[in-house]
This record gives sequence, structure tokens and C-alpha cells, in this order.
Amino acid sequence: MRGNASPSRWAWLAVLGICAFIVAFGAGCGSSDDGGSTGEELTTVGEGEGELNLICWAGYCEDGSTDPKVDWVTPFEKKTGCEVNVKIGNTSDEMVSLMRTGEYDGVSASGDATLRLIDNGDVDPVNTDLVPNYKDVFPGLKDQPYNSVDGQMYGIPHGRGANLLMSNLDVVKPQAESLSAVFDEAELEKYKGKVTAYDSPIYIADAALYLMATQPDLGITNPYELDDDQFNAAIDLLKTQNEYIGEYWSDYTKEISAFTNGDSVVGTTWQVINQLLQGDNQPVDAVVPKEGSTGWSDTWMISSESQHPNCMYEWMDWIISPKVNAEVAEWFGEAPANSKACDFTSDPNHCEIYDADGSQYLDDLYYWTTPLSDCGDDRGDVCKTYDDWVQGWTEVKG
Amino acid sequence: MGRTLAGLFHGRPRLQLGALLAGPVGWLVVGYLGSLAVLLVASFWSLGETTQAVQQTYSLDNFKELLDNDVYRTITLRTVGIAALVTVTDALLALPLAFFMAKVARGRTKGLLVVAVLMPLWSSYLVKVYAWRTILSEDGPLNWVLNPIGLSGPSGNAAVWLVMAYIWLPYMIIPIYAGLERIPDSLLSASEDLGAHPWTTVKRVIWPLVFPAIVAGSIFTFSLTLGDFIAVSLVSKNQFIGTVVYANFTTNPPFAAAFAVVPIVIMIIYLLIARRLGAFEHV
Repeated sequence: MRGNASPSRWAWLAVLGICAFIVAFGAGCGSSDDGGSTGEELTTVGEGEGELNLICWAGYCEDGSTDPKVDWVTPFEKKTGCEVNVKIGNTSDEMVSLMRTGEYDGVSASGDATLRLIDNGDVDPVNTDLVPNYKDVFPGLKDQPYNSVDGQMYGIPHGRGANLLMSNLDVVKPQAESLSAVFDEAELEKYKGKVTAYDSPIYIADAALYLMATQPDLGITNPYELDDDQFNAAIDLLKTQNEYIGEYWSDYTKEISAFTNGDSVVGTTWQVINQLLQGDNQPVDAVVPKEGSTGWSDTWMISSESQHPNCMYEWMDWIISPKVNAEVAEWFGEAPANSKACDFTSDPNHCEIYDADGSQYLDDLYYWTTPLSDCGDDRGDVCKTYDDWVQGWTEVKG
Repeated sequence: MGRTLAGLFHGRPRLQLGALLAGPVGWLVVGYLGSLAVLLVASFWSLGETTQAVQQTYSLDNFKELLDNDVYRTITLRTVGIAALVTVTDALLALPLAFFMAKVARGRTKGLLVVAVLMPLWSSYLVKVYAWRTILSEDGPLNWVLNPIGLSGPSGNAAVWLVMAYIWLPYMIIPIYAGLERIPDSLLSASEDLGAHPWTTVKRVIWPLVFPAIVAGSIFTFSLTLGDFIAVSLVSKNQFIGTVVYANFTTNPPFAAAFAVVPIVIMIIYLLIARRLGAFEHV
């Protein structure tokens, strides 16, 4: 043990160095970040900056690499000279954290991400006068609580749709049409270990929606406004479901592979996944559950730190231009935001099937939104916040 | 210029040593220890309610949540349990193989075995994990073989154990092989000549000499399993420390940082024990 004296002295030096580093860094950090948005909207759209970095839901920014026939990014690049770099966001949480890096110009944010982004100043208000196609957007999508503040729009509506219930038709007979297929124990027993669910805290709302239909005593009026009892009931339901889950999915490719190789046979899905699986001749089909469904309503938002705002405005106008909006809506399987898009869909009934004007069921969907402590009714500030939802979700998975 | 630089270093051994080590030590302190420090600092932060953005105010809430909520204890125990099981499994598999490689095989066979053990390391980790996902899937080859005889392939923790034990096996074989290589054959002959039973030779000669190598290998298998989050999430729905940290990294970075401190503490304890057991004496 002769040589020990000097190594231990080095160790102490290293520890001292780290401490100095922590102190320096901690102090430095405390003052560096003001996180504020400029809060200013653009007044004119000038020449494009030649580049555009987007965060998209899978299926929103197709450049022909998934299917050569599905491509609205390349024509945009040709028209505007803005080279588009696409980053796929798998969950709203991922999109929010990606946006906060400040490296992206815009995002196709769902309602559960938009409020977080607006409140934190990550996105700028949008001057809708600079987006000519905005005037044709369905009125039901304008000035909504999830995309505007005090009448000021914070983005351009893109489209909306429901979370669906998918079945493998070879195994699940008859096809699942009710949420009981994934929440009722007797039903779950039939496909034990092959049930799937969306791996995000926001999925708690699906359980709440089922409770709304099956346990009226709980008095749930909105699946995103849950007080203690209602929240715990939803968590308990999900814990039961957990025993029958084969795997959760958040990456859409993971669900595709699970349905392809038989690991999952029933569970929540998006139309785009259904589309891709059917295109691959897999025996699957997806429906809006009869209890109703949660859904998404997406908004293109512009980063407050955008380096390429002109390209982003060009993109926002492009993506909701009638023809492109129709292409995206058909590919992703959602209702387009632009009313004129309905004239361009290859299936003339697309807008009716997807209820684009919201007259049949779209206005009754419970769109993803960020749960807040304010219940939005006379219960006051007793509702579970998104923090609680995140913790609850970890407990569900155990 | 070159001449003056050479002149500057000439006859100044301390300066020479300093210039030589500045790069690696700087990297270690800033890049490695620095990021650990950032992690520690961040673990005391919290999130704002509506913004869900990180607020740089110091509080112990994250650690309180970790201690108060049973689910995190369950996850930690599950992770440590699997890591320990994987380590033991790998040690049991590696010992006979490494012994054969080091003491029995000669020439070509030996070379081929070393290549065979190292071969899996040439392909990407992700390729191997996805291969296992396919093997273990419902319609996969394993069930194709097992279903006719009324069995089905492992899932959940068992699947994680299997995949982790496979992926980290080379990291156990190599140190044990190196450890056995260092034992002179003459020691084994001497033991035999003195009339020791082969089992006694293993127990009294080989085992004490190879034990530090096993502990060294176990550091790899244990720590790598402890921190894995990709493989475990692809073959199982169960949560492990790595998957929870990864999930919270997007929703609640300070909490992710706090939970990431747990495996660090576990590894420090593990390394202290390993040091006690002599793992670092012949490195």
C-alpha cells in the first residue's frame, strides 16, 4: 500500500474540482435563462431563408420516403427554396421538449402540447393575415381554447381526428367496437397478453372516458378534468388493464411491428397506423369506439426562436392549402382543417366520413388538452395536474 | 517554431506530463464529471404547473417523491434484481468457456473461440436487440418451436433476463479469459503433482486467482444491465430504472435526473465492494 498516498491526494483534488464546477455551473445557470418569448408576430412574409426545421407527427411531413406517391414536402421545397428537415415527434411530451431546444422552426402540436408551449413562451403568436388559406379553415377550429389566447391565434389549425380502436380481424371476432374490449376484465381475458395501449400519461383520459360511460356515479364530465376520486378510479382501471397488456406503444413503428408479428391484437391506434398496416395486407381494422373517443386537434405553431420564420409562414400556408391539406388528411386519416380541401380528396366522401365540419361527432370528441388544477367548473382548484398524470402513469405501469 | 516548442519542453518533465495529460484529464473532468455534476444540480429543480417547464429553484421534492412512492422502490428492486441475475448467469456461462479457451484449447481452436466470442460485438447493439424482439415475438421462431410441445417463450422479466444475459456475455468472458491466461500452467501442474484432486485445484488454486477477474467482469454486466433502457423496453412492458428515466426525460427532466442518481449510488456501492474483493489489484 505504498503508492496509495498520492492517488488519494489526486482523488481529493478531483472531488474539489467537481465541487468548484458544480458551484460555478449552478450559479451560472440561475441567471442565464429568461425563457421569455418576443411575443411579436411577423408583419410581412419576406424571402425564404432556404431552410426549415420541423417537428411533425408521423405522416404529417411526407417527402416520398414512406411511399413515393405520398409527397408534399418536395413540391414545397421546389416552390419556396426552403430545404425541409423533419424530426418525427412520437408523443406530445417529446414534441414539447424538442421545441424547447430552440433548434426547430415549427411544430404540429396537439392540444395537450399547445398550452404548455404558449405558457412558456416557446411559440409566437401567428399573424393569420399572412396565411391566405386561413380564411377557409372551418370556423369550429378557429379561436379555440387550445390554439389561441384572448382572441389571438397562436397557430394555424391543421386537422383533427379520433383515437381509434384497432383489432386484428383474424383473432378478434367479432371486431372490437367498444372500449370494453380494452377495459372490461371479462373481455380482456380473451386476449390476455396481446392488448396494447398508448404509452403516454394522456392515455389516462381514455380510461376516464370509459368510466364516464360505465360508472356515471363518479360524475366525470370531462376526461381531462379529474378530481381525486375520479382520477384514482381511472388509475385503478388502468392498473387492471396493465395485467393484460402485451406491450405499450408510443413509437408508431413499434405498434406496426407488434400488430404484424401478432404480439398485439387489440388496442388503441391512429388511422395512419391502420392505413399502413392495411397497405401491408395485414388483417386489421380500426373504428371510433361506441362510447366516443379522445382525439386530437393539431395546430402548426412557430417557435419564438425560429431562425427561418419566412419559410415557416410559407409552410403554414402550404400545409393547409386545399390540395395539400386534402393529401395529408387522406394519408393520415383525419378531418382536414381547410373547408376547400374537401373538393380535392380522392375519395369524394372523405370529408363526410371524417365529419370535417364537425356536425356529426367530431365536435363531441374529447380533444387532448393539458390537465390543470383548475377543474373549469364549480369544483375549483381540486383537479389533478399533468404532473400527477405523469406520476399516475408510472404507477400504472408498475 | 517546432524548435522553440521542443526547447520549451526540454528538461521540463512536469510540463511534458502536463501537456500529455491535459487532453484526457480535461475531457474526463469537463465532459464526464461535468455532465454528472449538471445531472446532480438538475435533480433539485422542479417543473412549473401550466408551463411544465423546468424551474431552477432548489428543493428536495424529487427525492421525497422517490422515497415516498412505492412504485419507484419496486422498479429499483426489479432493476437491481435483474442486473444481479444477469451477472450470475453470465458468470456461470463464462467460467467454463473461458477456462476451455485459456487452458485447454490450443492454436487455431483458441483463436477461433476468441473471434467467436468477440464476433457479436461487431454487430450493432440495436440489431441484436431487434433480432431478439423477433425471436421472442408471438409468431417468432422460439414459439414456433415451443408451442407444439405446449410451452411458450419467455416474456416480461424473463425475456429481459434472457436478452441482457446474451448481450453482455462477452463482457464477462473476456476479463475471465484474461484472468485465467495469467495463471501459469505450472501452478496447475504443481498442484496435480502434489496429489491434489482436480476439484481441490479448482478450489484452492484457480478460484482465488480468477475471482478478481470475475468481479471485474461483473462490473460490466451489472452496470450495463442497470442502465439499459432500449432493449428492456423492446422485449418487455415492465418498467426499469432506465425506462423511467427515459420517459421522464421528456416530461419531467429534474425528476429523471433525481432517479438517475439512484443507479449512480448503487454503482458506487458496488465498486466499493468490488474493490474490497480485489477486482482492481491486477488491472
